[in-house]
Amino acid sequence: MIHLLTSNWNEFISGFGWTLLSSVLALFFSLIVGSLFAILEVVPNKFLRIIGNIYVEVFRNIPLLVITMFFYLVIPLYVVKINGFTAGTIGLTIYTSAFIAETVRAGINSVDIGQMEAARGQGMTFWQAMRYIVLPQAFKYVIPPLGNQFVNLVKNSSVLAFVAGFDLMYQGNAIASQTFDTVNTYIIVGVFYLIITLPISYYMQHLERKLA
Amino acid sequence: MKRLKYLAVIITSLLLVFTLTACGSQSLSSQNIYENDKKSKTVTWGVKADTKLLGLVDVKDGQEKGFEIDLAKAITKKMYGKDAKAKFVTVTSQSRIPLLKNGNIDAIIATMTITPERQKTIDFSNSYFDAGQSILVKDGSPIKKVQDLNNRTIIGVVGSNSVQNVKKFAPKAQVLQLPDYAQALTALKSGQGDALTTDNVILAGMAVNNPGYKLQGKAFTTEPYGIGINKGQTDFKSAVNKALSEVENDGTYNKLIIKWFGNVPGFNYKEVLRNDSSTNK
Amino acid sequence: MQNWIDAYSWINIRFLLQGLWITILISVISVVLSFIIGSVLGIIRYAKIPYLSKIVGFIIDVIRNLPLLLIIFFVYFGLPAFGFKPDTIPAAILAMTVFESMMIAEIIRSGILAVDVGQMEASRAMGMKMSQAMWHIVLPQAYKKMIPALVSQFISLIKDTSLATIIVVPELMQHGQVVYGQDPNYIIPVFVAMAIMYFVVCYALSLLSKFIDRRMA
Repeated sequence: MIHLLTSNWNEFISGFGWTLLSSVLALFFSLIVGSLFAILEVVPNKFLRIIGNIYVEVFRNIPLLVITMFFYLVIPLYVVKINGFTAGTIGLTIYTSAFIAETVRAGINSVDIGQMEAARGQGMTFWQAMRYIVLPQAFKYVIPPLGNQFVNLVKNSSVLAFVAGFDLMYQGNAIASQTFDTVNTYIIVGVFYLIITLPISYYMQHLERKLA
Repeated sequence: MKRLKYLAVIITSLLLVFTLTACGSQSLSSQNIYENDKKSKTVTWGVKADTKLLGLVDVKDGQEKGFEIDLAKAITKKMYGKDAKAKFVTVTSQSRIPLLKNGNIDAIIATMTITPERQKTIDFSNSYFDAGQSILVKDGSPIKKVQDLNNRTIIGVVGSNSVQNVKKFAPKAQVLQLPDYAQALTALKSGQGDALTTDNVILAGMAVNNPGYKLQGKAFTTEPYGIGINKGQTDFKSAVNKALSEVENDGTYNKLIIKWFGNVPGFNYKEVLRNDSSTNK
Repeated sequence: MQNWIDAYSWINIRFLLQGLWITILISVISVVLSFIIGSVLGIIRYAKIPYLSKIVGFIIDVIRNLPLLLIIFFVYFGLPAFGFKPDTIPAAILAMTVFESMMIAEIIRSGILAVDVGQMEASRAMGMKMSQAMWHIVLPQAYKKMIPALVSQFISLIKDTSLATIIVVPELMQHGQVVYGQDPNYIIPVFVAMAIMYFVVCYALSLLSKFIDRRMA
């Protein structure tokens, strides 16, 4: 197994890097996109609210793989050429943003409605009240689960393997089918994933216990 | 609490027993696949599900169809008699060798080239088909031969030897490996790469119902397909080889070639015909 | 337009529906199994039994933090080394069950924790055994609280079965690939059809969960 690791070290490390990069980018963008759609879900305008709702429900109920393959195979055919890594990261972003939108919306709803009304009464617009009063409080609910969201992202980023996204799983598949040492290759791949996910997961458990 | 402790002891011992029995189970190399299959009158073949003309799942009835499927059926009957059954498990280029080594399947007949690297892990029958690696491109593509692919992107399939071969001919090409041929072809159409590389016979199957795409240039390697068999299964291997040469000698082989490749543009089936009885490999 | 009409021929749609059936079959069997196994593991972890709870907890954490795709590979390519050779569908069910059991174990454990500790103590004080208090007092309340989390886990499971296409399980995603493999002009119609099928099943479940939630509240 050590020989397997050392002789394919570059591939494993580059896969590890792409996995990490894709997850970090997707987390960052899905936070932005997710918050936007969460706000859409609570604005007074009914039309915007429906759009927000549709976005969240659609992308929460379709497999990530379908979304990713759509971006990899269909978008380049008609819109713009994107490679597997980009398609995978966009897929991850859209998928995750629908879940983040739900968390942010719950956060917004948890802020007392009186605060919004008071702010409006003071002459603030809806957006100002949202920006300065409601969102900062809502994000208190959003930030802690982000760690878990990141763990999910790292795990889900394995769909990049389906679209030649150069990630850890893609490299693992390539190495396994060249060395024929399938099980050991996947054990190494698993350890690489755990290096990222396990510490975050334990830290989150620790945080939850502290807060409880 | 006491009861839970008992429970703990029970579960731990169950786990232990499970692991021990698992380790103690008969290992594959000590089994004789030839004799096992003789008893059950069934051979389990690993076949492709996504390769037109060779092994493809038919949407109408969910059955696998193609040259390799028919050949596997013919070989099974020659080995164990007219009432013997060929059972099919769909594999990908990535999964076929692990599945063979694990014993999920008895033999692989899935567009697999006989290569020295693979021979370190598994055995092969005599070659049952002579393919050659080639490239599929869009009509009007500037790529005329494999060497033109330097500094371009080429699509292949995980676990096929084509992705390693192409690097010898176009060392500066970037290679994308997709899980199977359906996705590889779709990726080519989506412009994810400039060409798709694998064996000419597979590409010919793709070109059949994808107008606007063609096989480009001559095959740049020879790819003798072999039936993959586990190491140490000498009885099974010699039975397969015997059945294969019978199929070739009695004309069944050529009939199947004409049935599947008789009318494929860009693929000259006469080159792969095997003369009755003259080529006793 | 002709592409869409051809792509949605009855033969193709029927093939996709056959795939959907396998998807649902795998999901339902896996969710039932993993609910049972997950409950047992969750309670063991909660109960803080010396050594056992720690070991179970560690196993849960390791498996939970791996990509499901990797678990599928381990089950399909790795288990046969121990003499167990599952076909693709049982392999998918097994992989889903292993993964989901660990996810559900965590849901169960936090559900139990969420039920007031005082209730457990009160029941013990009334002379109930721990197992009795667990069975009659704590678990019913915990499960009620967990319904939304359990349903959304079930929805994830249905969506995740699409990953099993990598080992050629004949589920919806794989059947979709076979259909558009015949003619690449079918890609978009097939993607739309697959998305609708997944959506209908998953969204119906989430509506059901909201309905139950409202009724119980």
